Formats: sequence, structure tokens, C-alpha cells
Amino acid sequence: MSGAREQVARLLALVPYIQARREVSLEQAAADFGVGPAQIVKDLNVLWFCGLPGLGMGDLIDVDMDALEGEGVIRVSNAEYLARPLRLDSSEASALIVALRALREGADDDVRPIVDRTLGKLEAAAGDGAALAARVEIRLPRQQRRVAELRERLARAVEERRQVRLDYYVPTRDESTERVVDPVRVVTADGHTYLDAWCHLAEDQRLFRLDRVSSATVLDVPVQQHTGLRPRDLADGIFSPSPDDLLATLRLAPSARWVAEYYPVEETEEADGGALTVRLRVGDPAWLVRLMLRLGASADLADPPQLAERVRSVAGQALENYPG
Amino acid sequence: MTARKSERLLNLLITLLVARTYVSKERIRSVIEAYAEAGDDAFEKMFERDKEELRSLGIPIEVGHVDRAFGDEPGYRVERSAFELPDIDLDPQEAAVIGLAARVWQHAGLAHATSDALVKLKAAGISVDRAALDIVQPQLTAEEPAFEPLWDATRTRTPVRFGYRSTTSADIATRHLQPWGVVSFRGRWYVVGHDTDRGRPRVFRLSRVHGDVLADGPAGAFEVPPGTDLRAVTQALAPAPADRSADVLVRVGAAHGLRRHAHPAPPQGDGGPAVPEGWERLAVGYGSGEALADEVLGYGADVVVLAPQDVRASVVRRLREAVTSRRETVPAGPADGVRR
Repeated sequence: MSGAREQVARLLALVPYIQARREVSLEQAAADFGVGPAQIVKDLNVLWFCGLPGLGMGDLIDVDMDALEGEGVIRVSNAEYLARPLRLDSSEASALIVALRALREGADDDVRPIVDRTLGKLEAAAGDGAALAARVEIRLPRQQRRVAELRERLARAVEERRQVRLDYYVPTRDESTERVVDPVRVVTADGHTYLDAWCHLAEDQRLFRLDRVSSATVLDVPVQQHTGLRPRDLADGIFSPSPDDLLATLRLAPSARWVAEYYPVEETEEADGGALTVRLRVGDPAWLVRLMLRLGASADLADPPQLAERVRSVAGQALENYPG
Repeated sequence: MTARKSERLLNLLITLLVARTYVSKERIRSVIEAYAEAGDDAFEKMFERDKEELRSLGIPIEVGHVDRAFGDEPGYRVERSAFELPDIDLDPQEAAVIGLAARVWQHAGLAHATSDALVKLKAAGISVDRAALDIVQPQLTAEEPAFEPLWDATRTRTPVRFGYRSTTSADIATRHLQPWGVVSFRGRWYVVGHDTDRGRPRVFRLSRVHGDVLADGPAGAFEVPPGTDLRAVTQALAPAPADRSADVLVRVGAAHGLRRHAHPAPPQGDGGPAVPEGWERLAVGYGSGEALADEVLGYGADVVVLAPQDVRASVVRRLREAVTSRRETVPAGPADGVRR
């Protein structure tokens, strides 16, 4: 019966919440507690039967039912012993303190002192509950602050249905390109934030990783309609390889097994000595050549052979840059 | 049903909270209607369950003696100072900070915990108007399924065991850990603790945890060594700071990724090699020579390392391997396995 547990938890906050404000509209209380007004009314009906033990009716908590039914206003009396909410438990305190620390990292010089003051007061009020927070360490990515600012700007563009001009770096092709996009939504997956958008350059829907956006200008131009455009389903991760993509087979030495974790491989097969054979879809052959050059002797490209030959020939050209 | 049970739980709490001393079980039974109406066994069961339920909400129910003169009869109470949230006085800007912080977690479990915390603070009389402050909101995500069990195990100091896949092997080994803390670095989560199999502190990456994280002992079974510095652990995860500079030639219009952390090399004095037509000379900041070599190799014939010598030598050696070694050694088919 977790229903009762949740209800008691809510009542232990609701009673002091109303007393601290004298009276509260039903609507406001529902909004502050994140439940529907009907649930708050049910909760108040429970209160009606609660009060000091073993005494008469006069010692029950009094809910002004006339005010509730008539004006939609909650008033509670005879509940002075529940004037304060329950302490924060260690999970609540820690989650909030860690969130404040993350906020602090993103704050500028004006705001940081406010966050620090808040942290101090919260830690004091949480007491032992704050102990876990000391054992959580958050290092936001270096670019987090810039990304957070970008995310808010792009989220506004999504809301206002306005086009955005992006300067975007594509690592697989090693190029920076300017493009106009129609934003669909901003989404977080695999630890990165992306803009899901229709790209006028690619004439297709694309995901743009925000830390690779060099600049973004929200334009005064409304987004265009595109048939079949809808938020991309990210349940299977952010990569959606196309069946038209090239299928490559790589043999990875133990030191290169990380490749299977970083890229969406279609198949893996264990080989002798801790090696791994993987098959993966490759949209751009140039990307695979670059990957193979990096991996060097720790990986073999078994298939397609013409790309393996291309890797050797690029390596040969590169070697000519180092005479002697 | 829910309403009747909520009513009983709340009345039990009020009884224990307003009492000046420990309250005996008999007294509790006589003043709470639902208990008084129940038979002996039913009452015992109900009372035990109700106590546990209140405790699970974080309500500290203490057990003590009602009166020494009457022997060992246990009694119960809730100490008000341990129950109530202490005074917390926040100005509107500070309250706004709390409101914004409650939106930072994008993880279902912790987002829930922060909104519960926010409700309690509102119950303490704090009014939250997020608009009182203009601030960039970061987001914390934790998609690894192992995150929540390890967060809880850290919180309750519960030893755990889990399957773990190392980077260099396919085997999934069972690891035993006393989790000291969790660390987020570059969007990935790690757990730090005492690895009881190896007898020393270790860091595990949550995305490599395979299957369920299971309790391997009771809560509170270990202490975190005093002076444990998670910040230092996080430093160790970070790549070496890019405090060195390499001298490279880059083909004009190529290697845009490298250019993102490079700048034009300072003008050369006498004796510096001439920059060939169609190339530019750049200074690239780097921390690890091997990582720089990796990056340079990815650009094939478009980047040349001039200095330092060790990075240049590493690039040349690896290019030679790429050119010569594999033509003969690539096996004909999967049945041949992988060399080495």
C-alpha cells in the first residue's frame, strides 16, 4: 500500500505548508505539490480524522470544509504540532546539494555568491542528510557553460518556431560548415546535448551536438513545414545508421576494444587472445580511414579490402612528409 | 482503504510526536481506533508494519523504556528536534536558486528526490519564484542503469557486487566493492571505493557494469576512510592538462578539428625551416604525446609534426606499421582468428 505512504508524506508537508500561509487556494496547493486538486481534497478528508490521541472531537485537526467547497480555499486549524515539515532525508538533501553545485559551476560572478549562500543554509538545515553530498563529485564538461547557454537560446528558438543559422563542426568529415536549420527540439542523450532539426544544407533531419556548434544565430524567419518531420526517437541511442551505409569488418586487438563501445557496432565476435571482430555501418568512408590511421597496428580492416588499401596508401603519403 | 491507513499512520505519528515521554504499546493501542478494534495478532502485525512505513519516510521513531519501575516494557516516541526541518531562512534570490536546482537532474529518481525536497522547503514557508534570478541552468543526466543502485549504496554505505567488463577483455568478472562515492566526469559516471578483491581503492565506470548491482552486506557495513578525496580521484580521470605545445605543419584548408585547439606559430627567427607552399605552421597545445600522435595520425598526410621529437618519432613509427605490417598479416577469413 504505497498509496498511503505517499499520502502521509504529502500530508506531513501539506499541513505546515497551509499553516505557514494561513490560507492557500486549492489550485495553488495542487500546483505546488504536483498533484491534481482532487487529490488534495482526498488528502484533506484524511486529516479530518486525525488529531491528538485519545481525546474528544475537539482535538481533531480542523479543515474548513465550507471555505474549501465554497471558495476553493484551504484553511487548517488545531494542528500546531505539525507546524514544520519533516527533515530532508539523505537522498533529497544530497540530490539537491549536488544540483546546487552543478548550478554553481554554470553561474557567473554575480550569481555564484547567491548559490554559495544557499548551499551553506541548505547544508546547515540538512545536517547529517548532507553527508552523502560530500561523496559526490561533479565535474561538468569544460564547455558545459557555453553549451547550457546555447541550449537555452535554442530551446527558445524551438518554442518561437524560428530558424537558426549554425556554424557546425563535423568531425567525421573534418569540416566546419554554415547551415540554416528548422529546430525541432533540444534533447540530451549519451551525456551530450543535441539540437534535433531539419537541416536545409543536408535537406534532411539531423542531430547537432551543441559542443560542436561554433556559433548559432536565431533568425527572424519562421521555420518551414516539412512533411514527416517529428522528434527523433532516441531510445536506441543517437546514431541511426542507414542500411545503405557501408558495412566494414574490423579486427580489434585488446587495446582497441574500446571502439566497440564508442561506435554503434552491428555485430561483435570474440577472437583469440582477447581480440574482437566487429562489423559496423559507416556512412562516410573517409571517417573509417581516419579511424584506422589512428588505431594503427591495434586494428585491422578486414573488409572492404579497397578501403584497407586506401588506409595503407594514405599512411604511405603521410610517411613521405617525414623524409630521412 | 488508503484513506483509512493514511489516517492510522498519521495518528500514530501524532501520538508519538506530542508525547512527553516514551509511549507504551498498550497505550498506543488504546488511543488509536483502528488498533483498538483489531485482534491481538492483527494489531501486532499492523503496528510493526506501520512503524516500518513511518521509518521509511525518514521519521525517526525511537525505542526506550516507558518507566524503569515497570521493568522492560518498551515504549516509542518521535523526538521533535530530530523530526522537524530546522529553520531555514532564504531570501527570494536564494529561494529562486533552490527552485532552479530542483530542475537540474534529468534522472527520474533524483528529479523526484529534488522535487520532494522542494515541497518540504515550501512547507517550511519558502516561496519559490524561479524568475527572480537569471541564470544558465546546467543539466545532470545519469543514463547508466547502475547509477541509482550505486548512489543508494553509497548513501547507505552498503557493500555491493556487480559484473564488470574491462576495456581490454570480453570477460565479465564479478567485483566486490565498498562504494565511497560517485563521480561524474565529462558526462560519464564512475564509482570510487575499496575493491575488496584487490584490497585497494579503485574507480569503476558505470557504463561497464553488467547486469544488476546487488547488496553484498548490510547497510552501514563500512566506513569511508577519513581524508578520502574524491576531487583528487577526479583529477586522475582527467587527461593531462594541455600545458605543452607542439610545432606542426598543417595543409591549408585541412585539419579543422586540430585547428580548434591550435594557434599560429610565433614567427621563426633565423634557422627555422621554411614553411612550404600550401602549408601553415601552427602551435598545438597538448597534454599527452600519445594522444596528440593519435590525433595527428587521423589527419593522414595533412598534418606533419615538426617537434617535439618523441611525438614525431611515434607518428613515423606508427605510419610505418600501417604501411608495411598488415599487407602480409591480414588473415584470409574469420576462421584464421586475429594475429598477435
